[in-house]
Amino acid sequence: MTLELHDVSKQVASVTHIKPTTLSLKAGHFNVLLGETGAGKTSLIKMMAGLDPIASGQISINGTDVTKLSPQQRNVSLVHQFFVNYPHMTVFENIASPLKVAGMAKSEIADRVHDAAKILQLVPMLDRRPHELSGGQQQRTALARAIAKESSAVFLDEPLANLDYKLREELREQLPELFAGRGAVVVYATSEPEEALLLSGHTALMNDGRVTQFGPTAEIYRNPANLDSARVFSDPPINTATVTKTGKTVRIGEGVKWTLSGEPAGLADGDYIVGVRPIHVHPAGKAGKTRVALPGTVQVTELSGSDSSAHFRFGDESWVSLASGVHSFDIGEVHTFYLDTSNCFYFTQDGVLAAKGAG
Amino acid sequence: MKTENQKAWFFVLPVLLLVAFNALIPMMTVVNYSVQETFGNNVFFWQGLDWFQQLMRSERFHAALGRQFLFTGIILAIEIPLGVIIALAMPRKGFWVPVCLVTMALPMLIPWNVVGAMWNIFTLPDIGLLGYFMNHVLGISYNMTQSPFAAWVTIIVMDVWHWTSLVVLLSYAGLVSIPEAYYQAAKIDGASSWSVFRFIQLPKMKQVLTIAILLRFMDSFNIYTEPFVLTGGGPGNSTTLLSIDLVKIALGQFDLGPAAAMSLIYFAITLLVSWLFYTLMTRNDTR
Repeated sequence: MTLELHDVSKQVASVTHIKPTTLSLKAGHFNVLLGETGAGKTSLIKMMAGLDPIASGQISINGTDVTKLSPQQRNVSLVHQFFVNYPHMTVFENIASPLKVAGMAKSEIADRVHDAAKILQLVPMLDRRPHELSGGQQQRTALARAIAKESSAVFLDEPLANLDYKLREELREQLPELFAGRGAVVVYATSEPEEALLLSGHTALMNDGRVTQFGPTAEIYRNPANLDSARVFSDPPINTATVTKTGKTVRIGEGVKWTLSGEPAGLADGDYIVGVRPIHVHPAGKAGKTRVALPGTVQVTELSGSDSSAHFRFGDESWVSLASGVHSFDIGEVHTFYLDTSNCFYFTQDGVLAAKGAG
Repeated sequence: MKTENQKAWFFVLPVLLLVAFNALIPMMTVVNYSVQETFGNNVFFWQGLDWFQQLMRSERFHAALGRQFLFTGIILAIEIPLGVIIALAMPRKGFWVPVCLVTMALPMLIPWNVVGAMWNIFTLPDIGLLGYFMNHVLGISYNMTQSPFAAWVTIIVMDVWHWTSLVVLLSYAGLVSIPEAYYQAAKIDGASSWSVFRFIQLPKMKQVLTIAILLRFMDSFNIYTEPFVLTGGGPGNSTTLLSIDLVKIALGQFDLGPAAAMSLIYFAITLLVSWLFYTLMTRNDTR
């Protein structure tokens, strides 16, 4: 199955909310919409599901134009960030509700509900009501409803965002198998780059109402087409700084320079924006062929899990370094960080990728 | 070692005093009257439970109590569904929201005796707007000082006009607190608007509706001012509700003992019905 958008856009009070977007989403793997809050992921999902009208363009499912069809006619499912279940129905009735509306025979409804409940480990809870379930079980009920319905497209709008850490990990691992082989186009919205990488499949990067890049997740992670995409697909945010290239030498601020080789060496002389992910700015090590020392003034340090990050100032820019293990810094000290020049992206001043890698 | 901190009493004391002056002491006065007989001059004679027994056998009391339940029943049967329907019809966003809310709140801002007086003048057969219109334009005989039926219709319409807004505002608050996601889920299921009401809006409004029904029950069961000003309990005794009867006994006949006994029974009924209703509604509470 496929879900295709052709030049689909949306306007809210004459302001363009979603800029004309063309996407072709396929079944068989997850299609992740990755972007910050407000990037337009939910808007796009609502348009695809038929909950919101579109200003222009065409949406088709399996080649059939569904632009003017209601959500029910499109045969889609939607799982929300909030646990949305009918409060006065049991888990069974909740899972069965779309099938009942569709007028399916009782015995078939029971079969489908039990199948879905089994997959999501909800069989012992079928007679309970939503308020008697934990958050994870409530969300699994919502997922079971989507699965039992056997819809042609399933939209998961940050479905794990309100679950606690453990449950989130657990359910995220199960999700791809849940939908594998069901033939539905699965669209998964998230604001966490890590989640997109874990779910693999394809990813559409969204920024400010636009899809900035779409393709196999690993590939667009390695090759961001532009600065916006690189920004969306980096957590903590990617470091950027203006550099000047003359010949084979790149200068960043005063006194720090490195020599280019390979692809970036062929760029025309001039100013570029260099993008370096925080994991490629090391807090320790020594200068070498692909390691350039950056003396930075440490401003903020954080420990998260077994990773430590340090925010520091170098030149006019604020930089972030992220490394595994516990590193300690003194606030205000001048610490030497090491920039991995083999993992740099060079963007033009307009933000288009010019060259990458190999310092 | 056990240490006791007596300071806590100081913090509870103000509330205890307040409750004492507000409820306990007046209540005990009434209890005091209800078991005694007085002929004035502050001379009292012990009566025991005589007043209560007398009251329980009194046809006058039975009739007033019956009228009271009938009135409250009709009021709830009209105001609750009507309030929910109006709340459902109100806009959820945009310019008209504050307009609707203020318009709805207006009747509730009018003092109760003014409401009674307003409707009294409004319904006067020859000069009142409604009275004139009914009698002289439509040709329907309408005079609530003569017809018990007209009197009942008038006090009911007046109460509906005065208090449906409360149900509307509470239901509306319940409705707007339902997350958009529920409506989206219903749309995706293709649920009808009746199903949306039955399975989403009604369950989500349950708590505010419980409160609305309780408030309307207590208020309408204890209603006094408006019907007193409007009909004075007449014609005859036809609109003599429990509270009006109570005042007649207490202040008209100055039978303090029977009036006190009646107050206590009145209070007990209100409390019992409210408690029963609330317990039933929250028995297996769901949100």
